[in-house]
Amino acid sequence: MIETRNFRILRNVVLTILSLWVAVPLFVVVSTSLKPLKDVSGLFQWIPREITASPYLDIWSTVPLAKYFQNSLIITVCATACSVTVAVLAAYAIARLQFKGKRAFSLTVLSTQMFPGILFLLPLYLIFTQIRNMTGLQLQGSYLGLIITYMTFTLPFAIWMLSGYFASIPKELEEASMIDGTGRMGALFRVILPVAKPGIIAVAVYSFISAWGEVLFASVLTNEATKTLSLGLKAYASESDVFWNQLMAASVVVSLPVLIGFILVQKHLVAGLSSGAVK
Amino acid sequence: MSHSALDSGPAAAGSTAAVDPEPGKPRAASTPPVRKRRRSFLPYGLILPAAILELLIHIGPMLLGIWIAFISLTQLNLTNWLNAPFVGLQNFINGLNPDSTIGQAFFSTVGRTLGYTILVVGFSWMLGMAGAVFLSSNFKGRALLRTFFLVPYALPAYVGTIAWAFMFNQRDGAVNQILVDTLHLFGDERPFWLLGGNSFGAMVIVNVWQLWPFAFLMLMAALQNVPTDVYEAAAIDGATLWQQFRRITLPMVRPANGVLLMVMSLWTFNQFNVPFVLFGATSPKEATLISPLIYQNSFGSWNFGLGGAMSVLLLIALFIASVFYIRMVLPKGADND
Repeated sequence: MIETRNFRILRNVVLTILSLWVAVPLFVVVSTSLKPLKDVSGLFQWIPREITASPYLDIWSTVPLAKYFQNSLIITVCATACSVTVAVLAAYAIARLQFKGKRAFSLTVLSTQMFPGILFLLPLYLIFTQIRNMTGLQLQGSYLGLIITYMTFTLPFAIWMLSGYFASIPKELEEASMIDGTGRMGALFRVILPVAKPGIIAVAVYSFISAWGEVLFASVLTNEATKTLSLGLKAYASESDVFWNQLMAASVVVSLPVLIGFILVQKHLVAGLSSGAVK
Repeated sequence: MSHSALDSGPAAAGSTAAVDPEPGKPRAASTPPVRKRRRSFLPYGLILPAAILELLIHIGPMLLGIWIAFISLTQLNLTNWLNAPFVGLQNFINGLNPDSTIGQAFFSTVGRTLGYTILVVGFSWMLGMAGAVFLSSNFKGRALLRTFFLVPYALPAYVGTIAWAFMFNQRDGAVNQILVDTLHLFGDERPFWLLGGNSFGAMVIVNVWQLWPFAFLMLMAALQNVPTDVYEAAAIDGATLWQQFRRITLPMVRPANGVLLMVMSLWTFNQFNVPFVLFGATSPKEATLISPLIYQNSFGSWNFGLGGAMSVLLLIALFIASVFYIRMVLPKGADND
């Protein structure tokens, strides 16, 4: 819009309100994470009376946070890597090749992306039980079981986003490569993948973020040994008193990996989301 | 909708002609027949892993989910569910009878979830639009502010909810510190925000906080296509800011809007994460949404048949919604195989 004086005033007011709306909860988290426990209960203080780093040291011993961190990392990285690998191949076929059943396959991917996890949780639980009865393979409470269930939401999303990316890459690039005799697969691996690298990384980061924050499957399919961060953080509140300062410090710590990743690939994520997922 | 994954189809088919050997490149001359034979298997090879996974983690479980609604599955036969007795429509009759308390709870939950969806999506859209309109103009610090607005969306979903759970805490929270201790709005009473009637509103606020950056992101992308000279022309003709917004901005984002609202509505309607972290496994009855209700029936009271029957209804509703969604996402011309 045209920047009249009124527009600038209105812009400053609106952007200030939006900034406060975003900032206040973030400020509460960070300031609480720096308070000693005695200052956390009772009347809330916006400016900490006393600043201490001890919550950041205590979080590791109050609950087995490092173990939860490790569990989350293993499950999230594996689910992301598997989804992206499988999705790259399928997305390329959707974006570039003609084949019978393509529409049915695309529709399946698109529609399953919208169904909530709650519809898959109980059936998957029963299937896991049956697998254990028949083969002795224990999937409940195992990394493998969680990785499989996490792919229910990371895979369709990755396929859909990546096919949007691939479709937006000029065909001339791989045609030139195929004229040089590389074949389809050669063109995919030597030409398309390097060009689409930012997009693939963005999809991987997005998958990572959504898997890192998952709660539903983890609440039923993990046990004490495989518990993820999303559930592990509850342990700070299990006593009669809630260790709010440590809970907030742990929240900061578990957010850092995804926040850093997000900021690094932000530009590509925005481009990918607006060209791939929503159009 | 110009470069959707599927509408590249006919163009891709046409382009194969361009791959034909060029004169003066003898090496390529012998390749076309080989490639042609290979091409018929290649697409299936490429989608095979994805198709197998889709079958194992989506299609199979979905069919099994429908089956569960028609058997009597309890905690006792959970590990031996293949032998659970078939009971026909009994689960639907027991659970969804509008005259029974369970049935009433189900139907009021569906209504509540719809209202929740409208509120959350409506507020998220308005905030996202406000942010997008004003961040589309150029000023110092714009890029930084844009990244900052996206932080609630990038945070792990449960972290944002934990922050709000602390703020809404009746005794120690920041919300009551402002409303009660600073503004003295409720006399000496400190209201509970996560219990009883207030919990619904609190949940709406938390969800809007997490969702609005997504609307902001998408609307921002849509607004980038609006040429500035259109606004200049309108301003010369004396159009007010509001008229410019109504007549130029809104029509320009309309194509992106349909899909954006649809996606946000589906996410919100299916919401589980926010109530689960805010309230625990059992939400206050004033704030129970459909996903948590199915969860409570299945893993709280171990009434799997009831949870299954509700799941089937949810599946049907979402299936109908997905038909509309797919019509929006896939252009009509891409109907060929």
